[in-house]
Amino acid sequence: MNSDYKKTAYTFTAESLRKKFRFSEYFAEKLITSVAFLSIAIIILIFFFVFRESLPAFKSVSKTKAQTTEAAVNKPESYGGNEAAAEQKPETYNGAEPSAAPQKPETYTGADSETTANKPESYGVVKDSALSEKEVNPDGNLVSSESSGGEGSLSSLFSNEWYPVSENPRYGLIPLFVGTLKVTLIAMLFAAPVAILAALFSSAFAPAWLREWIKPAIELLAGFPSVVIGFFALMVMATFLQNVFGYETRLNSFVGGIAMALAAIPVIFTITEDALTAVPATYSEASLALGATKWQTAVFVTLPAATPGIFAAVLLGVGRVFGETMIALMATGNAALSSLNPFESVRTLAATIGAEMAEVVFGDMHYGVLFLIGSILFIFNFTLNALAEFYVKVRLVRKIQGRGA
Amino acid sequence: MKEVKIVTKDLTLHYGQKMALNSINIQIPEKEVTAFIGPSGCGKSTFLRSLNRMNDLIPSVHIKGEILIDGLNIYEKKIDVVNLRKKIGMVFQKSNPFAKSIFENIAYGPRINGINDKKKLTEIVETSLKNAAIWDEVKDRLPDSALGLSGGQQQRLCIARTLAVQPEIILMDEPASALDPISTGKIEELIFELKKNYTIVIVTHNMQQAARVSDHTAFFYLGELIEYGKTRKIFTSPDIKQTEEYITGRFG
Amino acid sequence: MRLKNKLIGGSIITASALSVVLILAIIVIILVVTIIGGKDTLSWKFLTSFPTDGMMKGGIFPAIYGTALLVIVMSLAAVPFGAITAIYLTEYAHEKSWIAQTIRFAVRTLATVPSIIFGLFGLGFFIKYVGGGMDHLFMGGQLKWAQPNLLWGSLTMALLTLPVVIVSVEEAIRTVPRELREASLALGATKWQTIKKVVIPGSISGIMTGTILAVSRGAGEVAPILFTGAAYYLATLPTSVSDQFMNLGYHIYVLSTQSSNVDQTLPIQFATTLVLLMLTFTLNLTAVLIRSRLRRRIK
Ligand SMILES: Nc1ncnc2c1ncn2[C@@H]1O[C@H](COP(=O)(O)OP(=O)(O)OP(=O)(O)O)[C@@H](O)[C@H]1O
Ligand SMILES: [Mg+2]
Repeated sequence: MNSDYKKTAYTFTAESLRKKFRFSEYFAEKLITSVAFLSIAIIILIFFFVFRESLPAFKSVSKTKAQTTEAAVNKPESYGGNEAAAEQKPETYNGAEPSAAPQKPETYTGADSETTANKPESYGVVKDSALSEKEVNPDGNLVSSESSGGEGSLSSLFSNEWYPVSENPRYGLIPLFVGTLKVTLIAMLFAAPVAILAALFSSAFAPAWLREWIKPAIELLAGFPSVVIGFFALMVMATFLQNVFGYETRLNSFVGGIAMALAAIPVIFTITEDALTAVPATYSEASLALGATKWQTAVFVTLPAATPGIFAAVLLGVGRVFGETMIALMATGNAALSSLNPFESVRTLAATIGAEMAEVVFGDMHYGVLFLIGSILFIFNFTLNALAEFYVKVRLVRKIQGRGA
Repeated sequence: MKEVKIVTKDLTLHYGQKMALNSINIQIPEKEVTAFIGPSGCGKSTFLRSLNRMNDLIPSVHIKGEILIDGLNIYEKKIDVVNLRKKIGMVFQKSNPFAKSIFENIAYGPRINGINDKKKLTEIVETSLKNAAIWDEVKDRLPDSALGLSGGQQQRLCIARTLAVQPEIILMDEPASALDPISTGKIEELIFELKKNYTIVIVTHNMQQAARVSDHTAFFYLGELIEYGKTRKIFTSPDIKQTEEYITGRFG
Repeated sequence: MRLKNKLIGGSIITASALSVVLILAIIVIILVVTIIGGKDTLSWKFLTSFPTDGMMKGGIFPAIYGTALLVIVMSLAAVPFGAITAIYLTEYAHEKSWIAQTIRFAVRTLATVPSIIFGLFGLGFFIKYVGGGMDHLFMGGQLKWAQPNLLWGSLTMALLTLPVVIVSVEEAIRTVPRELREASLALGATKWQTIKKVVIPGSISGIMTGTILAVSRGAGEVAPILFTGAAYYLATLPTSVSDQFMNLGYHIYVLSTQSSNVDQTLPIQFATTLVLLMLTFTLNLTAVLIRSRLRRRIK
């Protein structure tokens, strides 16, 4: 019967159906695949480059030991001024500025911006140092900045003093850590209960029509740029809270913490809400059928079942606060103090990068230390994220399966 | 009896660990209508979708055995699936026109084959719509969205879309199950017309429909081909008791 | 006993309701305060004129213009890359494969990386490494690309907004019915043809939502551009991607913390904040509307 097939006009033959190479198909697939890998590459690149730039922090240690310590030569005045001030008196809107302020208006009135006038200089230096990192730098400016890092050795990272631009710079990260933790703690103490309770209300107690409004409204808060929250904290909240609590320093870790809570609340709320609604309805139905009231069911059945999700939500909230820059810059006062008093000004890790990076000389120790802080932030955040993910995936699945069975 | 178009040899299919088809042997004749019947979940769709290798899209599927079309094993490594599917059209249970105009729906197939000449396309669109017996209803609204058509019209549009690619075999998976009796009647008439030029395999849950349109009927049960033969024979004096019970509505 | 129970229940419900009220109140207060503070200054002239008197007076046109350029260049980079990654995840990768899992993890990580880290990365990678390399190769060592500018600022912002695009587009692609894909494939279309002609047109609204959300995010973020391209003040508008730019959020930051006379520019600060808030608000609202329409379509 096989021979019969060949007679018909339309036939399935090996020739007509031979596998065809389609270039566009091949090309599209390869291109799409490689683009998709980019997101992995970005994470690796971020880690690599942020860490790489922090190397000067370690290098200048050996350098300063090898070289004879030179006296600080023509150190640019503007670098020194504002930081020194920041350490002592964080009183105005942003403590960092009072002494820098008189200098800046000059540059505003100038035809060109301060940045364009100022930066090329320092960026020019980078190139030199990047190209000839080991050589003796001919540029006086750079040498000065390096030698100014004379006593700034790696061990000073663990000291209690953050004076990056004084004659005798010290890069003690302790006050920055203390400040960051203080702000984070305050923010979470406020944000976590509020957000979790709100999520509980939205998922368990609110009628459906109300819920339809609550969720997008709170998500709206997530859309507020952090510079807007920072501005609000700086201009409105700081004064208000000072009047209520009557403390002395207007900008402090308390104000900063509350402001950052506003940024963390939507994060915690959304994830907690998801976790609560993901608890199978059979749980609560069973509980209600046993005669438990609505609130008992919510608190003793739904909430415990969603703990892994809530825990993850809090972790991600911590991550959000920990790395928040603009609010910290604007509302915490920016003085690197390591007091435990919540009403004292603080300088967080992220804010330190934001405030000082633009002023720093490429490739010197200060520059490296700022990148080192960045690496720390990145690693910390990465860990938090991985932990949250692990927690949600493993625990939530196990918990729901374990109980559902 | 006409020539045989499709032959399967010991076709066995698994979804992961789960067996869905168990050693199917069947011979489907050319330019006739073959109907697959059987209770829900017995593997009719699965079998139909193996014929144009649609199951390749499901990663968990494993297939053993052979499917020969014109004597050629379509699961052989060097077969081009894309070209294979051009020769085997498929009409789905739920009509699935693209969110494009009626014209563009029909022109989709020719366009992917590189035909972009407007005159040629118009010609193909017209012929296909005529062959699918829907031309008169839509000829004045070709630029309108296909989603504005009624369910029955959409299904015939999908048939027309399939015809535009000039396949030799048309697979239909319960093409009329979601339609009213009048639309169903139209589809059945259409199938009757189409079998002059095409080999048609149709899955249906409707016994009367199978009896009306098909020349051959295959009864599936739990992934096995229980009985296969001339439709008249299957519906009047089946050899196997299960077939009879199913056809007379005593189970399934 | 019963009374005690009722008391506990009542207080829990009250506390949770109060939490919602508190959050909503804060949102309303921020909005109201900003509107009251900014409404007198906000005018057409304010939006369309340059700052004058050392940014003490005048408008914010260059900041609006700079922000617009930033989000445009950013979208040009983030949207195609984000959409393609989403296509890979939905169409090419197997859901359970380690590659897909890793990419998803990377995307989620990217979404939680603090924005200042992107700024550092932009400085270390784009400006120093890529820009420095470009100067070395094309400019003969002369300084042009190895400094902050619109291009590096936008690309840095693009990395930040990439996850937003990916998530939105992926969600939209998943709403394209499987039946349509099968219809296309059954007609003998290749995978890429199906993606091009069925999947992408079917997820246009998702690509739009993603773009809008990314733009909204990019317009509001300041930390990533602090040292990758934003300028305090520029007398002229940027004309090329190698120019620096002004930016709304950065403008607020500078005026409220870096200027000599904060009180005097307070109305300008409020008005700028109002503009930024209205901008992001409108964008987010649009995205939400498109998205809810999309979700309704699925039902
Ligand atoms: N993608 C899949 N993954 C796993 N199992 C599947 C899949 N598709 C179908 N099955 C299983 O294979 C068996 C056969 O399914 P199939 O859809 O072929 O049945 P059917 O005869 O077409 O049923 P119906 O008349 O309801 O359409 C069923 O048990 C079904 O559950
Ligand atoms: Mg079926």
